[in-house]
Amino acid sequence: MTSSDVIVIGGGHNGLVCATFLAKAGRKVLVLEAGDEVGGAGRTHEFAPGYRVSMAHLLNRLHPEVVKGLELESLGLSFSPARQVPSIALSERGAPLILTGAYGETLEGADPAEQRAWANVRAQLLRYAGILKPLLARRPPSLDAMAVGEAAALAMTGLALKRLGREDMRDFLRVLLMNVADFLDEELSDDRLKGLLAFDAVLGSHLGPRSPTSLLGLYYRLTGETGGLTGGQLQPAGGMGAVMAALHAAAEKSGVTIRSSAPVARILVEDGRATGVALESGEEIRAGIIVSAANPRTTFLDLVGPRHLDTGFVRRVRNIRMNGDAAKLHLALDRTPEFTGVPLEHRNARLVIAPSTDHVERAFNPAKYGAFSPEPVTEITLPSIDNPSLAPRGGCVLSATVQYAPYALREGWEIGRPKFLAAILDVLERHAPGIGATVRHAELLTPVDIEARYRMPGGHWHHGELQADQMLMSRPVFGAEGYDTPVAGLFLAGSGSHPGGGISGVPGMNAARRILGMKGG
Amino acid sequence: MKTWDAIVVGAGHNGLVNACYLQRAGLDVLVVEKNDWIGGAAVSRSLTPGFLYSNCSYVCSLFRPEIMRDLELPKYGLQVISYEGGAVFTQDGDYLANYRDHHAHRREFARFSKKDAEAYDRYARDVTRQCRFIQPLLMRTAPDPTSFKPRDIGELVYLGRKFAGLGAREMADTLRFWTMSISDFLDEYFETDVIKANFALSGIIGTALGPMSPGTAYVLLHHYMGEVDGSVGAWGYARGGMGAITRALADSFRATGGTIRTGAEVEQILVRGGRTEGIVLTGGEEIRARLVVSNADVKRTFLKLVEEKELPDIFLRRVRNFRMRGSSGKVNIALDSMPEFPALPPDSPCLRADLHFTDSVERMERAYDDWKAGRWSADPFLDVVIPTTLDPTMAPPGKHFMSCFVQYCPPKVEGRDWTDADRDAFGETVISQIADYSPGFRDRIVHMEVRTPRELEAEVGLTEGNIFQGELTFDQLLFNRPVPGYAQYRSPVGGLYICGSSTHPGGGVMGAPGRNAAAEILRDLKRGIEHMSPAHDVI
Repeated sequence: MTSSDVIVIGGGHNGLVCATFLAKAGRKVLVLEAGDEVGGAGRTHEFAPGYRVSMAHLLNRLHPEVVKGLELESLGLSFSPARQVPSIALSERGAPLILTGAYGETLEGADPAEQRAWANVRAQLLRYAGILKPLLARRPPSLDAMAVGEAAALAMTGLALKRLGREDMRDFLRVLLMNVADFLDEELSDDRLKGLLAFDAVLGSHLGPRSPTSLLGLYYRLTGETGGLTGGQLQPAGGMGAVMAALHAAAEKSGVTIRSSAPVARILVEDGRATGVALESGEEIRAGIIVSAANPRTTFLDLVGPRHLDTGFVRRVRNIRMNGDAAKLHLALDRTPEFTGVPLEHRNARLVIAPSTDHVERAFNPAKYGAFSPEPVTEITLPSIDNPSLAPRGGCVLSATVQYAPYALREGWEIGRPKFLAAILDVLERHAPGIGATVRHAELLTPVDIEARYRMPGGHWHHGELQADQMLMSRPVFGAEGYDTPVAGLFLAGSGSHPGGGISGVPGMNAARRILGMKGG
Repeated sequence: MKTWDAIVVGAGHNGLVNACYLQRAGLDVLVVEKNDWIGGAAVSRSLTPGFLYSNCSYVCSLFRPEIMRDLELPKYGLQVISYEGGAVFTQDGDYLANYRDHHAHRREFARFSKKDAEAYDRYARDVTRQCRFIQPLLMRTAPDPTSFKPRDIGELVYLGRKFAGLGAREMADTLRFWTMSISDFLDEYFETDVIKANFALSGIIGTALGPMSPGTAYVLLHHYMGEVDGSVGAWGYARGGMGAITRALADSFRATGGTIRTGAEVEQILVRGGRTEGIVLTGGEEIRARLVVSNADVKRTFLKLVEEKELPDIFLRRVRNFRMRGSSGKVNIALDSMPEFPALPPDSPCLRADLHFTDSVERMERAYDDWKAGRWSADPFLDVVIPTTLDPTMAPPGKHFMSCFVQYCPPKVEGRDWTDADRDAFGETVISQIADYSPGFRDRIVHMEVRTPRELEAEVGLTEGNIFQGELTFDQLLFNRPVPGYAQYRSPVGGLYICGSSTHPGGGVMGAPGRNAAAEILRDLKRGIEHMSPAHDVI
């Protein structure tokens, strides 16, 4: 067997991105994937005979530098504007609100005053997110010794801030850590619009719209760029699985060796240095650089082991909050559902059921006490409309991310699952009467299921809450925030690192750059 | 007509502190107060014969020792009796006692959990470190990060150096601490519900947030930053009630030549050519002054007392968006005899300090959920003190005054104004909770005053009943308080300043806003501030 320079643990999208960047720079890279195929939560799977779906169901932040650096467009990925889809805020009682263009460039269904107010708020949000955007594709700033390049990057951010002009800069600083509910109330009045924005801010988080710092979630979304459109979102041709296939192809084309069904049991550490891995089978593989794209707690506590780490560091890792609140619902339907008020040409849109900010907050409350939301809020896509191969002819796939479904449900998910499923179906029925009768099969993945299936502790797709106190210098923990870790030769490249999760490839890319930039990397 | 050097609007504690410093700098100062009594929310009221109520604020600790010394308050009769004790009662009949002595407190924790007792050392060390970093900020004017004035840059550099002096790991920890919820912070140390509840209470008193809201860990510091007689972290009763503080301030003020007029409500602050010329009282009387300092909250000042056309649009918009939703109520009770709490040992010293009946963070958070829904909490949390256990001046011998601070109360009940029936029902919720832990409690009640945000607004002038004159969230703190660009006590109107809790560093009976505003005013007048002691580190 040829020896490798680098072993990457985890063949999810970040692991593949990191491996490919390193291979393109001349390293010999081996990716070890525990499952039988790569792609992680971006994989497409068959959940009912003839019906296929992916956990991650929309592309909205695959980083342009990843697309370019890995030449993904030449491998079949298309970012044609035709694939962009609008967002629709459904309303039980009346007409829905339609946000077309990149995150609502145009607002259909709102009165003119609200359209004007939204245009201002949208511009403001994009402006402010734009200030933070460059910080995402860089290492978090180092608080003490800062390299010239890092200082320069921070200075650029400072300049961008100054270019806002004094009053805008003041507002930027004022609202940075604000709660999204109060922020929206300052200028907007349409409940459907505010509900959608509030939902987007807290999607994937253990926060409600009234929680301080929840506005950051909206910024995170608006730093995402797809097909050149900031705030855009698209249904990838062939589904998310095709994106993973393109990443797979890019890796192999660059000479990366991928082994699947090869779960890693231990990272070998000698004298404070990572020297290789041991698979569950007992096989040992040596390499000078080990990259883990797995969850940071898994990496440090299971694979490395506390005895190679100092107590304070271990404590910090144990304290990472990573209990997820998002469940995924997959429905195999006999036919395409009709959501009230949704025009035919927008059936492929992202449909959001979050009638108001209060509604989202009320949905959040039970999650604090280990209970699920009796009236959940959700974002829905029908991926088979743009990708007919995902369903049998005439049938339809419904893919929904639903909140809140707390990982540590007090009554346990064995008991809770059927009740929560009933609650979601009830909500769907109210917005698409008759849909219940067309369900051939339902797959509800709670955070506990997601944890088991995708090796994501807590079922959390960010591998750790993406909240202010777990960002930047504290992501995943201080001491491992710059992709290198206290163990020499061991690096992190997964969603648990800066800037967070979602199908972006940024942690993987940043980690590769860090490795290549470090002496001996 | 006489032209005063300065008129201070509102004789709350910050207004009086401000007036004292200005008078001692040689200005001729008039304080006008709408009520017949002075003190704002730091008052002692006799609402039933023989008894005195600290019917708004009720304990003293955060009051800056530098201010006490500068204004010679002990000379003018202020005595603060430090107390220790307090307990959290658990629903199963036990209690967790509070001790100021670290080791005694630790032993008490060990009754519930050895692990938590051990974690307490680490907790105390980590919190103290955070206190050290923040404390200089309280007595300094917040710098404007959008300004390039030498003073602001100098201040930012000072703060930056202080921050950098922490070391990279501590810096990361501090940033983390400032954005965490108190619940998450406590989860990193303790496992016992009642122990966490005991600490969490500090995090949310006075806020419109719950213990699980990000940003509540920082408020914990506020309550550790106080000092009584050089004893750090101590709390105390002002002898004679909280009114003793403002009475001493008023006496100190008058002794140096200051004038106070009560029963004088300001109708308008006069502005001409972008500068203030004085005030007009209801009834039409005009009083001229070169400067006006408003101790009223920022909304009352700029939306009621100053004509809209005198203020820039962007400023008005920000003031209108300034959030000051009230979140608390108060029940003040005159008792015929000392109440019994059978859970405690007889004659327990715990009774001299804060008593609580909320034994878990979850209950606290659920109480907050009620507030969000526009209702008073069905299971409220109370901060109960019986000052008469240490202060004999507030009730006849053998009888007692009990102060209950209650969270949460919404500013409006499900969108409509509080009614008397609401107030009474709310009061009953409180009495009922105390009675659960104190048999025969109801029979001891001689008189009761129930205050909701409605009463706080109507009587004290606290808009929406918010006791801090504005919520303490990130977007309304430091250089954002009360609004960005006007966080240094000045206003868009020349000669008009603000000095109340709406300004940095916020609320609590601290006196820092009033003092800091005086420093800015005297700087603008190019007068010396040698008579103002610089902040000394409490920890």
